[in-house]
Amino acid sequence: MINLIMNGLEVKAEEGWTILETAKFYGLEIPTLCYKDGLSPYGGCRLCLVEIGEGPKAKLVSSCTYPVEEGLIVRTDTKRVIETRKMMIELMLSIAPNSKVIQDLASKFGVTQVRFKVRNEECILCGLCVRMCAEQMDGRAIGFQNRGFKRKISTPFDIRSEECRLCGGCIYICPACQLRCQGPEADTAVCNACLTMEPTCLDHYDDLQCWMYDAGRCGTCVREKKDGKEQVSNTK
Amino acid sequence: MEIQESKIKSFVTKYNSEKKALISILQDIQEEYNYLPQDALRIVSETTGIPLIDIVGVATFYRAFSLEPRGRHLVTVCLGTACHVRGGLKILEEFEKKLNIKAGETTEDGKFSLQTVACLGCCAIGPVVVIDDKYHAQTTIRKVVPILKKYMTKRERK
Repeated sequence: MINLIMNGLEVKAEEGWTILETAKFYGLEIPTLCYKDGLSPYGGCRLCLVEIGEGPKAKLVSSCTYPVEEGLIVRTDTKRVIETRKMMIELMLSIAPNSKVIQDLASKFGVTQVRFKVRNEECILCGLCVRMCAEQMDGRAIGFQNRGFKRKISTPFDIRSEECRLCGGCIYICPACQLRCQGPEADTAVCNACLTMEPTCLDHYDDLQCWMYDAGRCGTCVREKKDGKEQVSNTK
Repeated sequence: MEIQESKIKSFVTKYNSEKKALISILQDIQEEYNYLPQDALRIVSETTGIPLIDIVGVATFYRAFSLEPRGRHLVTVCLGTACHVRGGLKILEEFEKKLNIKAGETTEDGKFSLQTVACLGCCAIGPVVVIDDKYHAQTTIRKVVPILKKYMTKRERK
């Protein structure tokens, strides 16, 4: 067993665990996007950043790829981590504003503006589909191509790959392929409906009357929150 | 150009069909055909056992490899900082006008390909134009046509 300190707690981890796995074991929440059980960690989305070490030597590492060490000091929610995480969400939001997963992350972590040029590229290069294809579906039909700002995920020569069996695993796992819910202001870059809206049915019933699993978050039966405290101004 | 399967296979066996020799194999193919033909990459994939997508990933990552047929002469105009302030962009425009192609394209007769590069490391002799490993120093717009004529046959010069 490896002893380390996480958020001030002494924890024990098994040899070969990553920081993320240890945190999950102890119930500490670290947000992730490009990490999925059953796929190899990639460290691409940088949402799972944690701070290791202390004082001026403290540095940010992606917890999904960092193996635990004896005596490691990990802090999962420092000011630096939260700021960096918000920045990563903002950057991803500017690339793929139509993704429900990223919009939900923005609402969850209070990202209310996008200061970057919105690019609508519908791919954040998280590599989930590439790993899904290669590791779970044994396909190897898609992969990264080019580099820099031309980097993209595609099949060889951009034609249908002979390896592809049309299993749909890549679309199933893609965070950008899940379209955002059509909230009251669906055309603005940041939705934030989860922050500013509440369902109306609770005025008349004790239980939510929503058939959608998302409990009134789709934005069809909601109104702005009465108490103006959590009002968030959307940027057009 | 016809792709000879035996030739591609000889490139692969030269490196004992090892996976780590992929870049060397691709370099040999590039030298032979001046670009990487799709069929050649498929043969490399079959003989080495490397998935085709990984080969394409490597081939598209490096600027030295091209998946499109390149012209016989490769014109590289430097647009690094030093060459840029000395008018590299205008020289590129002149090449584009004279060859009637945009950067990254190949002329219809397959004679010239035009590309840009960020810096070649020889800023003192800028603006630099490289044609087939030959460096043309201190290029100006007026030198563009004489340089190009060196690479044309007698009939084309008219």
